[in-house]
Amino acid sequence: MTQMNMIQAINSAHENLLERDKSVVVFGEDAGYFGGVFNATEGLQEKFGKQRCFDTPISEGGIIGAAIGMAVNGLKPLVEIQFSDYIYPGFDQIVSEAARIRYRSAADFTVPLTIRTPCGGGIRGGQTHSQSPEAIFTHVSGLKTIMVSNPYDAKGLLIAAVEDPDPVIFFEPKRLYNGPFSGDPAAPSQSWENHEFGDVPEKYYSLPLGKARVVKEGADLSIITYGTMVHVSLAAAEKSGLDVEVIDLRTLSPIDLETITASVQKTGRCLVVHEATFTGGYGGEILSLIQENCFYNLEAPIRRVAGWDIPYPHAFEWEYFPGLDRVVRAINIVMEG
Amino acid sequence: MNKLKIPAPKYRPGDAPNFENMMVGVNQNLSKPNIDSAPLDMMDHALGLVRVLNDEGELYGEWIPDISDDELLKGLSDMVITRIYDDRMQVMQRVGKMSFYLKCTGEEAIAVAQTAALEDQDMCFASYRQQGILIARGFPLLTMMNHCLSNSQDICKGRQLPIMYTWSEGNYFTISGNLGTQFPQAVGWAMASAYKGESAVASTWIGDGTTATNDFHQGMTFASVYKAPALLNVVNNQWAISSFQGFAAGEGTTFASRGIGYGIPGIRLDGNDFLAVYAVTKWAAERARAGHGSTLIEHFTYRAAAHSTSDDPSKYRPENEQEFWPFGDPIDRLKAYVIKKGIWSEKKHEALVKEHTKTVFDAYKKAESYGTLSSGDRPEVSTIFEDIFEQPTNTLRRQRQELGI
Repeated sequence: MTQMNMIQAINSAHENLLERDKSVVVFGEDAGYFGGVFNATEGLQEKFGKQRCFDTPISEGGIIGAAIGMAVNGLKPLVEIQFSDYIYPGFDQIVSEAARIRYRSAADFTVPLTIRTPCGGGIRGGQTHSQSPEAIFTHVSGLKTIMVSNPYDAKGLLIAAVEDPDPVIFFEPKRLYNGPFSGDPAAPSQSWENHEFGDVPEKYYSLPLGKARVVKEGADLSIITYGTMVHVSLAAAEKSGLDVEVIDLRTLSPIDLETITASVQKTGRCLVVHEATFTGGYGGEILSLIQENCFYNLEAPIRRVAGWDIPYPHAFEWEYFPGLDRVVRAINIVMEG
Repeated sequence: MNKLKIPAPKYRPGDAPNFENMMVGVNQNLSKPNIDSAPLDMMDHALGLVRVLNDEGELYGEWIPDISDDELLKGLSDMVITRIYDDRMQVMQRVGKMSFYLKCTGEEAIAVAQTAALEDQDMCFASYRQQGILIARGFPLLTMMNHCLSNSQDICKGRQLPIMYTWSEGNYFTISGNLGTQFPQAVGWAMASAYKGESAVASTWIGDGTTATNDFHQGMTFASVYKAPALLNVVNNQWAISSFQGFAAGEGTTFASRGIGYGIPGIRLDGNDFLAVYAVTKWAAERARAGHGSTLIEHFTYRAAAHSTSDDPSKYRPENEQEFWPFGDPIDRLKAYVIKKGIWSEKKHEALVKEHTKTVFDAYKKAESYGTLSSGDRPEVSTIFEDIFEQPTNTLRRQRQELGI
């Protein structure tokens, strides 16, 4: 095992994949020679040659459209959309094409394609470098949607995504690239060093898609969350002084309903937390599933903590960000209910 | 005064169309360049019109292709069967056997001649008006009809509109229905072919209207950047449902000329001339296979039929406009040529039409026995939950149980 931050873990996944399988090809804006604006593909072109890891035009629809054609022709494209805020020009190719080609052709054609994209705020990125658009993709039939929260999962799930025979959208909260984040911007920044999930095997391994992780067991209340908010929820759990269970969904779609319901049936209280905007967010889906499956186990109304229904404001990102205090406050409300 | 300019076609219902001056000053006697020619040296080809059969039905110029008599007669036969198939299916749509149909009348040469000039290994990313590819490659008519009828033998399991065929074995990509998406996909397919060191090329077709989409520009950029071995076809049939090509910024220019700015040669050809389509396809495929990259081919033609069974063209253009189209009908022109060449006759043609009419009729009867959209057998309903992913998710299993199947 080696200590890696999330970028190093993602880079290591690429390296293992490129080494193992000639059909894996990596590309994106600035992803080749330069190694990506977050260094996720650093060194790959040098090691594997410019035909296996290359730069592209600034054309997300072109990147994804071409990747679909490559996937149809036997390759396994692993592409980067530089920021998830930039993914929209490729939306039609994802939703109308990649997600539906297997279905519309009755499996005559399939699209093994992985789209990686950094998401989330807390890095002073303003409204065009901070969004969390996962719910737009979880709504689409035929897509698998992942959001990771640590280096170990990032590597194992990225390899699983590339191994998967269908299209996968892989969200990387960029606030977590260098370390976990408690949700308190004034606190000293943390690193992945000495963190349980910063310990990452250098060898090839994959983790199952569609499986949540119980990050912390507890009996009083369940927090269902993913991405950056896993770490904020852990900090809030500690601050609350209560015995809180924290579940990291990891794969949003297909959802691990069994792990969620087992937890809520045990605790009887539930809080759903995500960084994305509130209305129409994936939290609404999780909450509905809990209501349908655990209503008679509930001792209090379920609550959601999410970003406000506004664009990510540059100078006020900590007012937008659903930080530690908001999560703690919500825990207390659910406990009182 | 409102100064905003809105384009309008020259003729509307009730007008008498006149295309006599349409080609004044257009070079119709173009050279045949080397396959490694620079795009900038081919400006004339982007603005002119490659033709092989002149108005009198005689061969002329540098583009006369080397094509066997067998290929010529197969091409004619494939075009004839395509038209008979279209007519039959349109009628069956009108009597309620299927939800929708879309003919390619007047554009048969574009699909059939290009297919004849490609190799079987070459991948076709077509739009919905190139059913001629399937016919030329030997996709069974019965399979096509089963698809259109969404019956129990439909290989798409009733999931797609009629005409949105798929045939991986015949290297024909599943038709989307969202316009233009196949354009960058074909380029990606071609990039993968180059990546694997293979010789297969990709060919893709879009309409004049679809050149306005982001996909056209994305595909062109990628094709140019990576020198993808692809044939990029724009079928300029003048009409996108009711919008004339002026709404795709086609007035006063050519679609082929758009290639130049991307560093891709553009060639405009007479799309109703089987031999011109064949010759330019051969040139572009050879160029692509030799590693010189893509070619943008504009097929200048006229959509003689309605857009689909859902529109009535007499509401937006002169009812008989196609009769005034100066480039004639692709089937009539090739037929006249092979007769003149002495390898065909009116009598043989009559027999061919009769034979194909019977073949199509018999295939349809057979297809109908497997059900139609309105009656008879359908695919198994339980299959609607299949092929979302390779393996069904728990959520899909639960939904299937809820539907009770």
